Amino acid sequence: MIFKGFHPLEDKTFRIIDNEGKVINKALMPDLNDETIIKAYTAMLQARVADEMAVSYQRQGRMYTYPPILGQEALQIAAGMIIRENDWLAPAFREMGVMQAKGVTLKEIFLYYMGNEEGSNFSKAHHVLPISVPIGSQLLYAAGIGYSIKYQQKDEVVYPFIGDGGTSEGDFSEALNFAGVWKVPVVFTIQNNQYAISVPVRNQTNSVNLAAKALAFGMPGIKVDGNDFFAMYVAYKEASEYARAGNGPVLIEAYTYRKGAHTTSDDPSKYRTKEEELEWDKADPLKRLRKYMEQKGIALEDDAQLIAAYKPQVDQQFSEAENFKPYALEDVFRHMYVDMPDDLKKQKADYEQFLSWKEKRK
Amino acid sequence: MSVMTMVQAINNALDIKLAEDKSIVMYGEDVGVEGGVFRVTEGLQKKYGVERVFDSPLAESAIVGTGLGMAMSGLRPVVELQFDGFTYPAFNQIISNVSRMNNRTRGKYKVPMVIRFPYGGGINAVEHHSESPEALYGHIPGIKVVIPSTPHDAKGLMISAIESDDPVIFMEPKRIYRAIKQEVAEEKFTIPIGKAKVLTEGTDVTLIAFGAMIRECQKAMVMAAEAGISVELIDLRTIYPIDKETIRASIRKTGRVVIVAEAPQSFSVGSELIAIANEEAFLYLEAPPKRVMGFDTIVPYAKGEAFYMISPDRIFYELEKTVKF
Repeated sequence: MIFKGFHPLEDKTFRIIDNEGKVINKALMPDLNDETIIKAYTAMLQARVADEMAVSYQRQGRMYTYPPILGQEALQIAAGMIIRENDWLAPAFREMGVMQAKGVTLKEIFLYYMGNEEGSNFSKAHHVLPISVPIGSQLLYAAGIGYSIKYQQKDEVVYPFIGDGGTSEGDFSEALNFAGVWKVPVVFTIQNNQYAISVPVRNQTNSVNLAAKALAFGMPGIKVDGNDFFAMYVAYKEASEYARAGNGPVLIEAYTYRKGAHTTSDDPSKYRTKEEELEWDKADPLKRLRKYMEQKGIALEDDAQLIAAYKPQVDQQFSEAENFKPYALEDVFRHMYVDMPDDLKKQKADYEQFLSWKEKRK
Repeated sequence: MSVMTMVQAINNALDIKLAEDKSIVMYGEDVGVEGGVFRVTEGLQKKYGVERVFDSPLAESAIVGTGLGMAMSGLRPVVELQFDGFTYPAFNQIISNVSRMNNRTRGKYKVPMVIRFPYGGGINAVEHHSESPEALYGHIPGIKVVIPSTPHDAKGLMISAIESDDPVIFMEPKRIYRAIKQEVAEEKFTIPIGKAKVLTEGTDVTLIAFGAMIRECQKAMVMAAEAGISVELIDLRTIYPIDKETIRASIRKTGRVVIVAEAPQSFSVGSELIAIANEEAFLYLEAPPKRVMGFDTIVPYAKGEAFYMISPDRIFYELEKTVKF
């Protein structure tokens, strides 16, 4: 098991290809055919395109906010390839790539950031929980779902995501602790993208790395190069097999870099240097995988062609979100309760009376 | 029928539901082997196994947060938080996730879960063990809050709470866990959430209370009867959704209302009831509505608790003033 060779306390990072796309760990290179690698690269590129377009829609004032995943595509697409249809995904809020892989539509993601709860009713995706804004809280329900799976003897695994900042929340430790005690099938991912808005990870923890936190809870942890598609693929494959086999939870620290801003309201130039950004740019996950493919002679269309082919699909999804049925008063109330209290019905009826009064005054 | 305390009646309700529905699991601190510090879950682990009734690690946020996960994935968890004053670490999970998930996912993920905990003062407990946070929880959109005052009601309301597809906070008045014994039907029955009960009909003044304060009100009513005051006593039974219909009808009839509760009075259930009195029965009022409630202080430690807890003579004192206004 790779987790044994990369003990977190030794602070080694599991990596398979370097920044130049060269294989530096042949023994652990996964056996993937060209078609699968092309599919992975295309998915990463498409996630990047959709992400960049999302930022630009927001800049055009057509969406309220958006947290870009730029630079974090490899780990998300790798996760998406391992997570099965019946498995559960409990995202934080910077997981557009993995959510899409699980069947969430871009239309739904856009709808959410346009300010419509319908964007969390994933109509085609199975077992995907909504975006979680209260930092870290999603790990707890993920652990609870793990208990359900074990209790109901189902062949499923839960994949919760959290950021580096989220690991400082009490819920992070509580979730790992419960999952460990219960020995439930949960694969925790920390997307360590180096910043919680403006606060660097060195100000979040005095731990040697974030993967080491697994040790306190009696589970394996591994620090993986999150920008290395192959390493992330192998890590997820092993982690999911381990969890699925009933061995209990696993923690993966995906060591990556948020190339974009925290959200569209954030300005990273206030808290980090251009030099640092350029340094991380050398480890860009798409560039690395492309270099690997070029060296291996895996034929692939130009990025420009792939992008041109994909952009209309994103525009189409965005247009569907923009033209979604208007938000109705009913939508404010409808899902607050399964069994709605009479007084809530009355509050709605009172407002309807006000609306009809307003209508008559026109 | 058999004679039960509230502890026994709740245990009986949990037992009936565990036997009936395999999707029900129960856990919390000391819930399994010990059967809870108040023994509400006593014997259930033995009967239903450690997978269904168990001790969890000591972390309230996780007890509630993991329960939410179970509720979204096919189970119906009934989780216990050990004391009122220990519910606050779970507050974020309750207000940010448990109460919102159905709305957040547009009805895709319902949360059929019960969060139960003992509450209230009057037992000379150490700090953080005597609080009445019903207003904190009643204020949260998306959950229901239930408080029984008798063994019979505790059983019927608990079964309704477990069968509810909405999350329910079930607050158990620990002071009367064992203080009242009552004939309770052994078979399954339910009491609807959201319905108050007129315990005693009267004509001069409406007295509204819930939980352990019902018994104190009944003692005060003996004094009131001696003074010739006819009191209508309403047991709220559900804090939210509050039964406006019963409250309105009674206040319109008597024209006077006195509210009794243990919590600090500002921004409380008492405040809400006065708002209801004004909104629903303003022209019927013959005296200002009155709250007989806790001070806006921390519940004093045992030596000072008597000043804080609402006594029957204090209730009578306020009843008489309201009637004579």
